[in-house]
Amino acid sequence: MKAKHQRLALVGLGLVAVMGASGLALSALKDEAAFFYAPADVAGKAPPVGRAVRLGGMVEAGSIHRQNDGVTIAFTVTDGKARVPVTFSGIAPDLFKEQSGVVAEGQFRADGSFAADNLLAKHDERYMPPEMAGKMAAAKTLQQ
Amino acid sequence: MLHAYANPARFLKIARPLTPMLIWTGIAFAAFGAWAGLTQTPPDYLQGETVRILYLHVPAAWLGMGGWSGIAIGSIAYLVWRHPLASLSARACAVPGALFAAICLVTGSIWGRPTWGTWWQWDGRLTSMLLLFFVYLAYIALSRADAQRGGDGRIPALFGLAGTVLLPIIRYSVVWWNTLHQGQSLTLTKSTIDNAILWPLPFTLVGFTLLFAGIVLMRMRAMLAAGKVEARMRRMAAA
Repeated sequence: MKAKHQRLALVGLGLVAVMGASGLALSALKDEAAFFYAPADVAGKAPPVGRAVRLGGMVEAGSIHRQNDGVTIAFTVTDGKARVPVTFSGIAPDLFKEQSGVVAEGQFRADGSFAADNLLAKHDERYMPPEMAGKMAAAKTLQQ
Repeated sequence: MLHAYANPARFLKIARPLTPMLIWTGIAFAAFGAWAGLTQTPPDYLQGETVRILYLHVPAAWLGMGGWSGIAIGSIAYLVWRHPLASLSARACAVPGALFAAICLVTGSIWGRPTWGTWWQWDGRLTSMLLLFFVYLAYIALSRADAQRGGDGRIPALFGLAGTVLLPIIRYSVVWWNTLHQGQSLTLTKSTIDNAILWPLPFTLVGFTLLFAGIVLMRMRAMLAAGKVEARMRRMAAA
C-alpha cells in the first residue's frame, strides 16, 4: 500500500467518523435542542409548572378570544393529538392568527394551562402569492 | 489528470482570464435576480413584502455552507495528495464563506423580526449556523497562524475536515429537531415556494455562486503572488 493510499483511507475513515459524530449529535440532542414543547409532550405527564418554557403548535380554529380587559387574549394550542389553553397579555406578532403556527414563551400553571409572556409566530415552508392563497382557501371551504 | 491542473503556473494561466469572467457574469446574474425579486414578483400571502429577503438569504445560506464544503474538499485533497494548491484553495474559501454566513445570519434576523416577532432565538437552525460562523473565524485565525509560523498547513486542513461535522447538523436541524425556523422549502426535486415567487431565486443563486468562485480565484492568485514576493525577498536578502 502506497503512503498516498494509506492517507486516502485514513481521511476517508476520518470523514466517516465526522459524519457519524454529526448523526449522533443530531439524535442525542433531539430532546435538549427542542425549541418548544408540543401539547402532546405534556399531555401524558405533569407539565413543568413554574419553569420558563416554550409551547409550540397550531392555534386552533375559532379559539382566539379577547378578554374584557382588552389586552389579554385566550386561545388554544393544538398539535392534533392534545390541546393546551393559553392566555397572553401584550402585543401579538402580525402573523399570529388561527390555524397557523405559534410558539408561546411562558410557564405552565398547575391546572395544565399555559401563561404566555411572549408570542412568536412560526412560519411554515410554503410561500405563495396572495391570489393563490385566496384560491386555496376557497378550495378548502368547498371541500368541507 | 488532476495533477495537470494542480501546477501553479498552469493554474494561473487559466485563473487569470477566468476571474473577471466569473465576477462579471456573477454580478450580472445577481443584479438581474435582485431586480426581478424586488420588482417583478408578487408579495407572499402571509409575510407580504418581507419575503423578498429570501433572494439574498437563501444564496447566502447556501454559500455559507458551500464555502465550508470547499474548505473540506480542499483540506481532504491536501491531506491525501499533499498538493499546495489544494491547501491554498481551502484557505481562499474561508473569508468569503464567513462573509456569506454572516449575511445569512443578518438577513435572517431582519426577516425574523416582522415574521416571528423576534430578532434572535436560540433554536437549532439559528444556533448551528452561528456556530458555523464562529468556526469560520477560528479556521481563519488558525490557518493564518499556521502560515505565519511556517507550518505546512496540515493542522488547518485537519480542522477543515473536523468542521464538516456542522454541515449535516445545520441541514437536518429543521427536520430532526423542532425549531422556530421553518422546514426545508427547497430540495433538488421539489419546492414549496410557488413558482411566481421562486423564479428569480436561481438567478441570484447562480450569480452569487459565480461571484464566490471569482473571489476564491482572486484570493488564490493573491496568495500565490504573496508567496512569490516572499521568496524573492529572501533571495535578495541572501545575495
